[in-house]
Amino acid sequence: MNVIPIRSSSEIRLTVNGRPVTLEVRPEALLLDVLRDRLQLKGARRSCDMQVCGACTVLVDGAPVSACTYLAVEADGREVLTVEGLADGDRLDPLQEAFIEHGAVQCGFCTAGMLLTAKALLAEEPSPSPARVAEYLRGNLCRCTGYRKILDAILACAAPGGGTR
Amino acid sequence: MRPFAYASPRTADEIIALLTPGSAGADGASRPLAGGTDLLTLMKADVATPSRLVDIKRAGLPKGIEETPPGLVVGGLTTLAQIETHPAVRARYPALAEATAVAATAQLRNVATVAGNLLQRPRCWYFRNPRIACWLKGGDHCPARDGENQLHAILGGGPCHAVHPSDVAPALVALDADARLRGPGGERTVPVEGLFAAPEGGRRRETLVGSDELLLALRLPPADGSRSTYLKSMDRKVWAFALAGVAARLRLDGRRVAEARIVLGGVAPVPWRAHEAERALEGAEAGPAAWDRAANAALTGAAPLRHNAYKLPLARALVRRALESLAT
Ligand SMILES: Cc1cc2nc3c(=O)[nH]c(=O)nc-3n(C[C@H](O)[C@H](O)[C@H](O)COP(=O)(O)OP(=O)(O)OC[C@H]3O[C@@H](n4cnc5c(N)ncnc54)[C@H](O)[C@@H]3O)c2cc1C
Ligand code: SF4
Ligand code: FES
Ligand code: FES
Repeated sequence: MNVIPIRSSSEIRLTVNGRPVTLEVRPEALLLDVLRDRLQLKGARRSCDMQVCGACTVLVDGAPVSACTYLAVEADGREVLTVEGLADGDRLDPLQEAFIEHGAVQCGFCTAGMLLTAKALLAEEPSPSPARVAEYLRGNLCRCTGYRKILDAILACAAPGGGTR
Repeated sequence: MRPFAYASPRTADEIIALLTPGSAGADGASRPLAGGTDLLTLMKADVATPSRLVDIKRAGLPKGIEETPPGLVVGGLTTLAQIETHPAVRARYPALAEATAVAATAQLRNVATVAGNLLQRPRCWYFRNPRIACWLKGGDHCPARDGENQLHAILGGGPCHAVHPSDVAPALVALDADARLRGPGGERTVPVEGLFAAPEGGRRRETLVGSDELLLALRLPPADGSRSTYLKSMDRKVWAFALAGVAARLRLDGRRVAEARIVLGGVAPVPWRAHEAERALEGAEAGPAAWDRAANAALTGAAPLRHNAYKLPLARALVRRALESLAT
């Protein structure tokens, strides 16, 4: 049997917002800290630190995960998308436009996580029903908006033909 | 989090070697890392302190759902999201689809694996507090027994009164699923029900899966005309663990109940197979009288603690409602 490398620090190669990145990280480093402190991407935020609030949500290979409880080494070889990567140059993502238009942002603390979770949902199901959007977003808490405007903004970006459940 | 070493082996044998105390390279305090949603939480709270994590996700272990007509095999690494949306699971094993759908949030379900769900540790607040050396963590008494026990066991408790938190486990037990395990001595297959045992004596854990064993896959037998469902009661509507849950499966022969499984979650240290309720149902005529008898029988032997007697009527009502929904 081969000798299995047991590491107390490893080099990881990942793609962050379309850019290849190579980093040396310790096993206990959390993806959220690496994004915020090493890569200066401050969009994902730490609030509950226990996978409940969604403020730290980023997409890993397209799926929303809580970066506060996700090891950076596990992102090795994967694609990470943060809110900083949503816009295409100066052109905002349609979801970002809709959030502005519908007044879905107040303090903004939850916004990055909301946008990314919604992005993943719409990629998976282009025309979700309002109930489905609410259900999918139950891991994203907002203290300010009462959710209504966030739901409206997301539904405005859904392809026509969504159920009305 | 305390520092730890990390390994990401490429084969199951390499993983097992690292988990086996005494073998080359092992240190006796290694844990397999699947989605990490429970293990990392315990490590951040300093309740679990492994010296090494062995990532089991890059070793080609079974992941995803394989249709093996007339049954189904669910890889241990399959995420809850994959199970919830799988058409065959939804069509033939609704209890499993429903149990995964009501568990946690989208972020968690995308990462959390089914094996990790079965092997997650109790949510008991004393257990999760690193400053309290409760019985389950090797101490000599259980502070929940006479303390804050509103979320604790009403069945099968003592010396530990924590409940098994999984929604998925009762569903798999009700569906008569088997688990395929692999350890240093090779593979073995046991009923999912046999993975769990209330902790006792020196065994301060809720599972009979060895610390050097991998849970490879779950095999679901043919649904065979059975209907099934999972109902869960929570103190709030979004992510919350079950105050009580019930997985029920019925096979009807005309108006007679030919086969029944009633498995309760959130009420005992293990997924609780309510044998008395099953006996009350089998052979009986489907209808309110049988549902009532089964609901009462399901709580046979219940011994609530000071603050959790509310779980009795709750669990009874869930059993009744589940049976009604299956027979209409
Ligand atoms: C906020 C929150 C809400 C939740 N709500 C619910 C809920 O409503 N219902 C519910 O059922 N669950 C709920 N959970 C629990 C969640 O489903 C589990 O944490 C998750 O399924 C664990 O899977 P994992 O892959 O992340 O396991 P890990 O955290 O990686 O592992 C858990 C344990 O299993 C061991 N392990 C993992 N895979 C294997 C394997 N293949 N072989 C041997 N050992 C293995 C690990 O060593 C560890 O001891 C919730 C969790 C959180 C954090
Ligand atoms: S119920 Fe179990 S886990 Fe909770 S304090 Fe008692 S022994 Fe510890
Ligand atoms: S900070 Fe990660 S979910 Fe709240
Ligand atoms: S806008 Fe303030 S938390 Fe959502």
